[in-house]
Amino acid sequence: MAEILLEARKVTKIFPLKTTWTRRLQVAAVTDVSLSLQAGETLGLVGESGCGKSTLGRLLLALLPPTSGEIWFAGRNIFSLSRSELRHLRRQMQIVFQDPYSSLNPRMTIRQILEEPYIIHGLGSKTERRDWVASLLHDVGLPAEALHRYPHEFSGGQRQRLGIARALALKPHLVIADEPVSALDVSVQAQVLNLFNDLKGKMGLTYLFISHDLSVISHVSDRIAVMYLGRLVEVAPRQRYGQRGLHPYTEALLDAVPVADPAFRRPVPRLQGDPPSPVQIPPGCPFHPRCPEAEAICREVVPEFRPVAADHWLSCHRR
Amino acid sequence: MSRVAEPLLQVADLQAAFLTPAGLVPAVNGISFSLGAGETLGLVGESGCGKTVTALAILRLLPEQTSQQSGKVWFAGQDLMALSKHDIRAIRGNRIAMIFQEPMTALNPVLTIGEQISEVLRLHRGLERRAAWQEAGQTLRQVGIADPEERLRQYPHQLSGGLRQRALIAMALVCQPQLVIADEPTTALDVTIQAQILALLAELRAQMNMALLLISHNLGVVAQITDRVAVMYAGRIVETAPTPRLFAAPCHPYTQGLLASVPKLDFQARPVRLQAIPGQVPSLGEVPAGCPFQPRCPRAFAACQEMPPWLSVAADHQVACWLYQGGTEKVSGHG
Repeated sequence: MAEILLEARKVTKIFPLKTTWTRRLQVAAVTDVSLSLQAGETLGLVGESGCGKSTLGRLLLALLPPTSGEIWFAGRNIFSLSRSELRHLRRQMQIVFQDPYSSLNPRMTIRQILEEPYIIHGLGSKTERRDWVASLLHDVGLPAEALHRYPHEFSGGQRQRLGIARALALKPHLVIADEPVSALDVSVQAQVLNLFNDLKGKMGLTYLFISHDLSVISHVSDRIAVMYLGRLVEVAPRQRYGQRGLHPYTEALLDAVPVADPAFRRPVPRLQGDPPSPVQIPPGCPFHPRCPEAEAICREVVPEFRPVAADHWLSCHRR
Repeated sequence: MSRVAEPLLQVADLQAAFLTPAGLVPAVNGISFSLGAGETLGLVGESGCGKTVTALAILRLLPEQTSQQSGKVWFAGQDLMALSKHDIRAIRGNRIAMIFQEPMTALNPVLTIGEQISEVLRLHRGLERRAAWQEAGQTLRQVGIADPEERLRQYPHQLSGGLRQRALIAMALVCQPQLVIADEPTTALDVTIQAQILALLAELRAQMNMALLLISHNLGVVAQITDRVAVMYAGRIVETAPTPRLFAAPCHPYTQGLLASVPKLDFQARPVRLQAIPGQVPSLGEVPAGCPFQPRCPRAFAACQEMPPWLSVAADHQVACWLYQGGTEKVSGHG
């Protein structure tokens, strides 16, 4: 088995909301998540809006402290490190954000944006940094003239390339990509997905790829994790998702994906209603109010997240 | 072509342009299509290709001060462009209804759902307050809302995204329109909700025999519920065909590229590189001369410097591409 690069152990994140006389409101954004990433793999994290995917991504990068649980990166508990140690570790883990419009500082030129990581970490001389920035631009397929321009002069796809270049500046081991292609048109989305694929091969990266789009996830991932209301419901190798016997939520999610084939006859939508608000997570299995297979036990007991086969974990009383 | 009945909607050479400080920027460049009664047409394209502007221009909803439009839009024998403001207002929301993408901004936040739906009925059908309220409740039930009495009294912010979109659909359908224009009706929704809404739209459309103009960037959504598809690029329709034919045998290089660039939901085959279309969608002010797709087209040749005419590859399959001059595909190759 490959070396484990990143591991989350029973991580929970609770955000407090307003407190009134009678009750305290809080959002359990991530509950009891245990997950590991092997060096060199791409783990796809999929779920609907508000399920806690992005919060989990931020917890894994130590951008947010967990309420409880531990996160281990390359054999070290990242929340036990000193500030300077954490800063050093951060060079090895980077993030690419969803919105290429708000994640680049509009008042900085591309050179300044790409040079900043080196300056922060005190790397290289001025001339070395210039060379590095030029080769970064080349790696993500942008022309050298881009250096002196500002973010607003670029299209969405080009900006996303810049976001990727910035994340790769420090030669990280792990890149967390949080919905990196959701804001892009399909023809451009394909270019950026190919770029992720090329860079992974070239630089030996490990990806956590967060998306709500199952087609994108099925394309990029080696393993896939499915989240619902803050909990992992299923983790399995990519191929496993082509078969049945999955968590009922995963099956419903797969059935709901629109297929670009007019001959395909869609089953009647399995799920009725909307996901509950994360402020009021139902007792028992959080999916039971929408689950077509729910039984008495599902309403009372939270199912354990357990292995059902080698490498296949799920949390369901019925499987 | 001999058609028994006139098409319900016929759009001929529709043009729309916006006045900007930089001059007149064309958004829709002479598009023509027709839609029969009860038919579903998908209008597909990437952002900025003019899909939404087309819909707004049909209903004459573009801002008068900052835009210009020309062309003909015939709806059930009437020229919508020639109608008085009063007359077109009697058609909008009544015989032609529109469903917008963002249910939160399309609904009025300070009126209850019931007030908003019954307003439509009082305005177009002259119903009294109480009768309108009751009918509004029935429509909510029709779109699959379980407790309509309670929902009627709620404000938009009290509903979830899926319920809001259902309420918006109810409002569009309440006058039993002949034509519904749905602009990205499921784009703001999660996939499981999207599946419910699409199933609902298809079911209601069949039940009420409405024509549906579905605007979407999502090829999967379009494949699922349309009879015919028109593909737009940079303000023009580049290809139109019956849905099964378009997906099985796309002709225009842009349509082919678009279909190839979508990742497939496939867990078995090893991932290969996606066939991306190089370059990016031109911005409206910078659409190249000739065929607008020519700078990105892998098969462009000398003729593409001029705008291609509308060519037929089959009776119901038209494409604006020089490769199909003479009705068959030009064999690419050199010499």
